[in-house]
Amino acid sequence: MSNPIMNVDVLVVGAGPAGLAAAIAAKEDGIDNLMVIEREHNPGGILRQCIHNGFGLHRFKEELTGPEYAQRDIDKARELGIYIQCDTTVLSVDADHTVTCVSSEHGLQVIKAKAIILAMGCRERPRGALATPGTRCAGIYSAGTAQKFVNLEGYMPGKRVVILGSGDIGLIMARRMTLQGAKVLACVELMPYSSGLNRNIVQCLNDYDIPLYLSHTVIDIQGKERLSGVTVAKVDENRQPIPGTEIHFDCDTLLLSVGLIPENELSQGAGVKLSPLTSGAEVDDVLQTSVPGIFACGNVLHVHDLVDHVSNESFKAGHAAAAYARGQIDESETIAVKDGNGVRGTVPQRIRKGVKESVDLMFRPSGVFRKATCIVKCGDKEIARKKAPIFTPGEMAVVTLKPEIVAELNSTVTVEIERGE
Amino acid sequence: MYSEILLIGAGVTGCALARVLSRYDVQVTVIDRGADVAEGASKANSGIVHAGFDAHPGTMKAKLNVEGATMYPALCQELGVPYGQPGALVIGFTEDDRKTIENLVQQGIDNGVPGVRLIERDEILAMEPNTNPEVLCALYAPTSGLTSPYELTFALADHAALNGVTFRMNEEVTKVWQGEDGLWHVQATSGEFTCKVVINCAGVGSATIHNMMSDDKREIINRRGQYYLMDRVTPLPFTMTMFQCPTKMGKGVLVSPTVHGNILLGPSAEDIPDGLDVSTTADGLQFVLEKSKLTWPAASPRGTITNFSGIRAHEAKGDFIIGAVSGRTNAYETVGIESPGLSSAPAIAEMLGKQIAEEQGLAKKTDYKPAKPLPKPFHAMNNEERAAAVAADPLYGKLVCRCEVVTEAEIRAAIRRPVGATTIDGVKRRTRAGMGRCQGGFCSPRVAEIIAEELGIPMTEVTKCGGASRLLTGTIQDAMKEGCCHE
Repeated sequence: MSNPIMNVDVLVVGAGPAGLAAAIAAKEDGIDNLMVIEREHNPGGILRQCIHNGFGLHRFKEELTGPEYAQRDIDKARELGIYIQCDTTVLSVDADHTVTCVSSEHGLQVIKAKAIILAMGCRERPRGALATPGTRCAGIYSAGTAQKFVNLEGYMPGKRVVILGSGDIGLIMARRMTLQGAKVLACVELMPYSSGLNRNIVQCLNDYDIPLYLSHTVIDIQGKERLSGVTVAKVDENRQPIPGTEIHFDCDTLLLSVGLIPENELSQGAGVKLSPLTSGAEVDDVLQTSVPGIFACGNVLHVHDLVDHVSNESFKAGHAAAAYARGQIDESETIAVKDGNGVRGTVPQRIRKGVKESVDLMFRPSGVFRKATCIVKCGDKEIARKKAPIFTPGEMAVVTLKPEIVAELNSTVTVEIERGE
Repeated sequence: MYSEILLIGAGVTGCALARVLSRYDVQVTVIDRGADVAEGASKANSGIVHAGFDAHPGTMKAKLNVEGATMYPALCQELGVPYGQPGALVIGFTEDDRKTIENLVQQGIDNGVPGVRLIERDEILAMEPNTNPEVLCALYAPTSGLTSPYELTFALADHAALNGVTFRMNEEVTKVWQGEDGLWHVQATSGEFTCKVVINCAGVGSATIHNMMSDDKREIINRRGQYYLMDRVTPLPFTMTMFQCPTKMGKGVLVSPTVHGNILLGPSAEDIPDGLDVSTTADGLQFVLEKSKLTWPAASPRGTITNFSGIRAHEAKGDFIIGAVSGRTNAYETVGIESPGLSSAPAIAEMLGKQIAEEQGLAKKTDYKPAKPLPKPFHAMNNEERAAAVAADPLYGKLVCRCEVVTEAEIRAAIRRPVGATTIDGVKRRTRAGMGRCQGGFCSPRVAEIIAEELGIPMTEVTKCGGASRLLTGTIQDAMKEGCCHE
């Protein structure tokens, strides 16, 4: 009944932008026995429903829609003859590199891989995670679910909309719903700053006169069957609602854009150590997790703002997995990378000693810092610095360590933000 | 519409009773105002099969709880419903608590609860190391169990339907009267039902229905309980159900694993005017969290996947009322079925079913069909079983809910059950699709499509939980045609 165990050199879990880029890099490095597993019917991942433009400015120097961006990698993968098996769900990944997956066409498959690349992406935080009180009526969606209904299925989830959270998908959906004839009454953000990209605030809210309520949250949800309204209130410095500041909105829809969580259930099954700050794997400079031969890239590693960065990161993971499959990566001593003041969740969390390649340190500022400087130290010695007019949690910051600097690392690396002015 | 027996209320009690009556040669119709069975208290409670030490000896609650709890293992086995018996502790922190616990232990012994005993701090912490170390002593009840209250209700309803019971949903009862010919008349949403025998198992609505039938008025206090449900984690912080000392409002806030491996915190206990108001409140949730910390100092809203509330039907005198409606003929009722109502439901059904059969002179059916237990869920299968399942039905190879590992085959089967799912919530409770950490974010569009296909309705008519709870307001073409609703 069961299929025989298959053997592959590199197996990629997920054919979104991360998985496609990783597979392309591995194939270009000469890995022919390569397999990409995708649960949806088509490759492309979440980009398939991101029909707005603005993708690819860094990588292709032009503005593409999500599907166009994805298509470039899909075409490239086809051209290279990469085997992408769609409609297939990975059920488990084990520390010994055994991957079990299921599909209607192939039944249950057990695959042994020399190297595995985790590229499962992320999911949206649901309402329950916020503990917002009220009723459990219809009409409450995460922004991405609403985006899927509108852009892929052709249905409207509602007509009068309040958006909680100012993440990028929420902002994009504010514009999308408006263009489709809905009335977006407000975008409500708990923090005193938006977690979305500034360009999205301008192009998706300001251009359509949609008010953004900073330091506000939804404190009550009303409606027995379908949503009938929400109550919004201002919050204090401790994010607690301030009595007397309540605003009521009559609406039939509440969209949530309150954070993305790397989807690491498979990684955990393999025993991959996760970072409590990024909710993704802890990795070294070539994106190898705590389990040798298992690599992670894209939004499953840490949530990115731009797909261009996802692709670049994933090329690196693909090259590394190819090298591992050929036995070219040895276990070596590593130097720890730590978050200093003003910095959260730096990736990678460790750098192999003695490598002579540049390393991008990526992190989220823990607050808003204007005219500030990011300083990287090795022990007490400053090894890199980057000035910026603004560091904000909504935009991932990157500091690059040059190859000659990386080669010389000898003690813990710390990334911190020094306040300006 | 005429039915020999009309049963009002498709909660766990009503469905258990309908199943018992389906053994007899009699026509039974069950009606409920909900879009599905188990839409009231049966879908939103702690899911505990209480051992039976709480109720005062001599009460209906004590007798039926112990009898019901004893029936559970075999019943759940027969129906294919999840059941576990992890045991329970009632923990105390003060000398006053110790007295309460000593009394509870004695009460447990008097009620005939097996193995109940008092244990001290060291044994508690050895059993449950995450307990607040300030704990002093506890009642230990090894037979305390867990089930899935809505899955049990679905299985009871299916078995009843398999034996000819008719279920009619979305029927809200507005009037009940007995005609001069002795027949009962029930005015409901779709029209008038007539029957020889009427049975009221209407949960929070049971006093309202009773008062339509009888001059001897009863009152139900709507006691709302709010809960937090936490994501599944391994290992679980607690393996047993952790109670605190009971208060006059109920059994207090518990911290318990669910039968599916989540952790449940709650309930609060607030008396509210509207028996259908299952909203949660900031104060109620805060109360649950604070009280939980007494048991489990590490309790935190981090890891919460949802919060919900249910309404317990508290009868003013405090005990279950089960039997014939006084002063009336051919009318029966179960009123005030609050905790331990779930634990007692199988015993309530046997007791009242027997009474009705005797008084109405019902004969046993000759063609009574045994229950068809549900197939093992895909998530619980091993590799060989999974391979065999996909080979037999390729739709087992299509994962719809990634968080809870639910396949398209199982979702279609849930809709095709004898009392099948017709809503997103109905699919969720029967299959667990959408119960997980993403709360249906990924799978709900696909589940809606499958419901639309199976029921032959447009996507725009698919609801979350019946009535006006439609997921979608139209197609994007409709939205464009209507034009803007911008002010």
